Amino acid sequence: MAKDTDRAILFDSTLCMACRGCQAACKEWNETDEDFLPSDTTMDGSYENPPNTSIHTWLLIEFNEVDDSDSFRWLFNRRSCMHCTNAGCVLVCPTGALFHHDLGFVSYNKDICTGCGYCVSACPFNVPRLSESTANIFRKQDKCTFCTTAGLDRISQGWQPACVKSCPPRALRSGNWADMVAYGKDRVQTLQGQGHGKAHLYGEKELDGLHVLYVLDDAPEVYRLPSNPEIPAVATIDNEILTPVGLGIFVAGAFGLGINYFVARANAVRETEKEKEKEKEKEQ
Amino acid sequence: MSNHWTDVVNADVILTIGGNPAENHPAVFIHVTRAQLQGAKLIHVDPRFTRTSAKADLYAPMRSGTDISFMSGLIKYVLDDIEANPDNYNLTYIQEYTNASFLVNPDFKGPVELDGLFSDYAGSLNEMDNAKRKYNRTQKLDSWQTIPETWGYQTDANGAPKRDKTLQDPNCVFQIMKRQYDKFTPEMVSRVCGTPPDKFLEVARTFTASGKPGKSGTILYAMGTTQHTYGTQNIRSYVMLQMLLGNIGLAGGGINAMRGESNVQGSTDHCLLYHILPGYLPVFQDVDTSLDAYLTRVTPTTNMPNSLNYWSNRPKYVVSLLKAWYGDAATEGNGFGFDFLPKIEAGKNYSWIPLFEAMHSGTIKGCFCWGQNPAVGGPHSTLERRALHELDWLVVSDLWHTETADFWHRPGVDPSAIKTEVFLLPAANSFEKEGSVTNSGRMAQWRYKAADGPAESREDTWMIDRIMRRLKELYDQEGGPSAESITQLTWDFGDPPNPRTMAKEINGYDLTTGKLLDSFGDLKADGSTTSGNWLYCNSYVEPEKEPDAPIPGNRMSRRDRTPGPFEINMHPNWAWVWPLNRRIIYNRASVDLDGVPWDQDRPVIWWRNEEWVGDVPDGAAPPMNQGGYLPFIMKPDGVGLFYGPGLADGPLPWHYEPWESPIDNPVSKQQLDPAFHIFRPAERADRQQFPIVGTTYRVSEHWLGGQMSRNSPWLNQMMPEPFMEMSEELAAEKGIDNGDYAIVSSTRGDVKMKTVVTKRFRPFEVGGQTVHQIGVVWHWGYVGLSTGDSGNILTPHEGDANTTIPEYKAFLCDVRKA
Ligand code: SF4
Ligand code: SF4
Repeated sequence: MAKDTDRAILFDSTLCMACRGCQAACKEWNETDEDFLPSDTTMDGSYENPPNTSIHTWLLIEFNEVDDSDSFRWLFNRRSCMHCTNAGCVLVCPTGALFHHDLGFVSYNKDICTGCGYCVSACPFNVPRLSESTANIFRKQDKCTFCTTAGLDRISQGWQPACVKSCPPRALRSGNWADMVAYGKDRVQTLQGQGHGKAHLYGEKELDGLHVLYVLDDAPEVYRLPSNPEIPAVATIDNEILTPVGLGIFVAGAFGLGINYFVARANAVRETEKEKEKEKEKEQ
Repeated sequence: MSNHWTDVVNADVILTIGGNPAENHPAVFIHVTRAQLQGAKLIHVDPRFTRTSAKADLYAPMRSGTDISFMSGLIKYVLDDIEANPDNYNLTYIQEYTNASFLVNPDFKGPVELDGLFSDYAGSLNEMDNAKRKYNRTQKLDSWQTIPETWGYQTDANGAPKRDKTLQDPNCVFQIMKRQYDKFTPEMVSRVCGTPPDKFLEVARTFTASGKPGKSGTILYAMGTTQHTYGTQNIRSYVMLQMLLGNIGLAGGGINAMRGESNVQGSTDHCLLYHILPGYLPVFQDVDTSLDAYLTRVTPTTNMPNSLNYWSNRPKYVVSLLKAWYGDAATEGNGFGFDFLPKIEAGKNYSWIPLFEAMHSGTIKGCFCWGQNPAVGGPHSTLERRALHELDWLVVSDLWHTETADFWHRPGVDPSAIKTEVFLLPAANSFEKEGSVTNSGRMAQWRYKAADGPAESREDTWMIDRIMRRLKELYDQEGGPSAESITQLTWDFGDPPNPRTMAKEINGYDLTTGKLLDSFGDLKADGSTTSGNWLYCNSYVEPEKEPDAPIPGNRMSRRDRTPGPFEINMHPNWAWVWPLNRRIIYNRASVDLDGVPWDQDRPVIWWRNEEWVGDVPDGAAPPMNQGGYLPFIMKPDGVGLFYGPGLADGPLPWHYEPWESPIDNPVSKQQLDPAFHIFRPAERADRQQFPIVGTTYRVSEHWLGGQMSRNSPWLNQMMPEPFMEMSEELAAEKGIDNGDYAIVSSTRGDVKMKTVVTKRFRPFEVGGQTVHQIGVVWHWGYVGLSTGDSGNILTPHEGDANTTIPEYKAFLCDVRKA
């Protein structure tokens, strides 16, 4: 379980006004997409942009229009790494590039990432992203590091993560895990008292405690979050096989094809699972 | 703002109408959020569902340009409810502190009787001849305002307005309002505004609950309110509701304009607008033959007992301003420099639209453009860009190349055919210079220079200083019209000019002692004091008066977070607020006639032990029952005005349709506001050809004319190109899919943009007819990293009857798939 003294972020979706200060601050602090040109993307009928997270976009604010029979709602969500205690990515990472920081969240040492991509398949939230280089040797994963990237470490300075610091209505907060859980529960209680029957805290129990906790006003699916996040079976099964292989590539850099096979397989399994989920949703 | 941002937390209910604070004022939205966390309800009334609506407890749609009908409905709701449930309202407030009790000339007739006009109109119904689009003003209301004959008050033997505090006299303002707004039932509101009646009633119940003594509600508004041909009346209708609910002067109350830029309030205070001098002193006109004649014209008098009539002090402020400008050269003999200065033509309009019309027709030859981008932000962009061709010279001071600076090589024009000489002065941004910034809450906060600007960029004051020095030289050598206004100007701010020296000049000095003044109460009309802006007198005092400020004496530099008296978040030692650090203006209306607060949980001021405690009161005099004066001290009669005979287009707001509207006025035959000047009659859209209502707006991710944000890669990524939003119904009708390009056209031009097809836009059902509305963003232009069409290519060159602010927010257009 997450420790009370761990560091966590709390995102209160009911307070977020989707100003996207956090999305821009993340890029500014972490020096990603500095040369981005407007021609690199287009407005495709939604405020949500860029269209997906990427090695340059570790945090994306999502816009969900929900049209119930009696009311219309525009719900905003923060999509980024959840910093799981039981973290699939850490579990499968053969080099230790992804690792649990002393404060509980999942930090990252890019220098020793081999680009194997196991984490991509192992993450229940579809977070890690790989650079597009075809040669594994040049390929790197990227995701939110809780502002602990070497050289850009805010946490060791005693500062808040950049996204939290930028949030005008304080929809984002950061502090000890226990305090964030308590704050979140308090908010949920208030919201329920105000008639928000579906308000709940997401992340306290999930995967032994996420280090990004969510106050949600409706079921997680409405926010494009899984109700019961689980590490994909493929990650746990393949773990013992994959890890030594991954280490091998780090040492020798020669097993590229083999690795690609496993990763491709894992991705394929994941895709089918996703399809199945979608089908299910449709049926409902 | 009558109140200030940190006061919003005191509100029980917040009504945002004509504004979108979550998107356009995101940094201060925290105050709304805080109020909500304490249980306040946020209501959002707007044509479209925005990020503010997403955060609101209650959202009600309203067709663009129908605020007055919506408010008329709320006013009627309250007027009816006052009879049914008088205990839910503060009747003493209405009776004592407003002109609801004033008796109006029995010959006065209103729009119910005259099909939408008031008595004494010069023209006939739906008059289109500008010369007759006005009310005949033949009678003096007081020394400085003329009004139509029938609009005056009945007066007693002393000339004071007669009052019926029972509010029963058929000619009292209260009864006139009852008659005028009687037809605005929820169904009528719905017919005009397209708001479903049940939604309207929900808003009415929720907001008017703030009328109960002990409760308060605030109204936050912005450009959606003001940018109409009747924008001033839109605001007045909000104010009337707030006075009926007894909400003006209270903590968590007031009428609060959210400013769209961090220093807009400061620029208005320091006379950005043509009709005022610093501190809202009326500008000199050619009819003012002397300083004395001017002072007589602009200094209000009153026969109302118990009225302080604060503006009777105007001569002191004018003379002190002239002394600040002309120093020793300002003598009684030359009207303290009044005689040096050029005067504007009385009755002539020098505001934005006529200025650009004058450029377009070649009357104006040169233009200085500081920190703004009219080629994107001005209405009717094609016309205003074209107007720049007619200039001999144009000076632009900005951080970037802008559409305005680069108009001469914009797409589609031949640079060799343009004669205008353009100078672009690279400017330092606000973090690259020291000085004060005045926010919406009238709060002047001192800021320090954080970094040097790049390359040759300079502070604006440095540029102005250089230009003025050179002008002084040239006028000294060559003379010219009103030469002394420049040659005699005192000009000693140092080199480079020192912002603290300037701030001290703005505060003002006692010339006898040479010391900085403490208060505008000490200003004199005899030339013995100076003040560059009387409203800011008290902001920068002698160091020993404010020794603990980071810059001793400079109150704007204070950063003490303590909440202050009564724990109502006034933070009196955080920076400084005009006037005299008063955090809530008209705060004498927050107490009863004995000086006891209506709301004792959130008092603003309180008369205790023979003195006021709390906020800086609107004058030190004791409460009314002990010989004090009426609370609305800036009004000659000391009361809040439901009935405002000084306005060009009527003493009470009435529903008119925008210049371009899809429907006939459902409430009266008079279609348009009867008093705005029509600039371009030929460009009025035909409803058949352009059946869709258009409106313009901004998004969180971009900033005004776009110079600063469209050059930032991260912001461009989030909002990469301009777009329009429309309902699924309209998109289906036009065969447009979400994300397609489409073309919107008005009589002014076409824009091509991406579409966002969304449930956040819904068609309006008005008067049995479906009216579609679309929205276009306007941040874009042809310069910068991200380029595209500005929504302002579509907007008309017509403006408000009282201020001429352009009608950006409602016009007609059509849309088709590109
Ligand atoms: S969300 Fe995914 S990437 Fe982040 S810690 Fe959990 S498993 Fe790892
Ligand atoms: S900065 Fe805060 S309010 Fe703005 S989008 Fe991010 S979480 Fe939401």
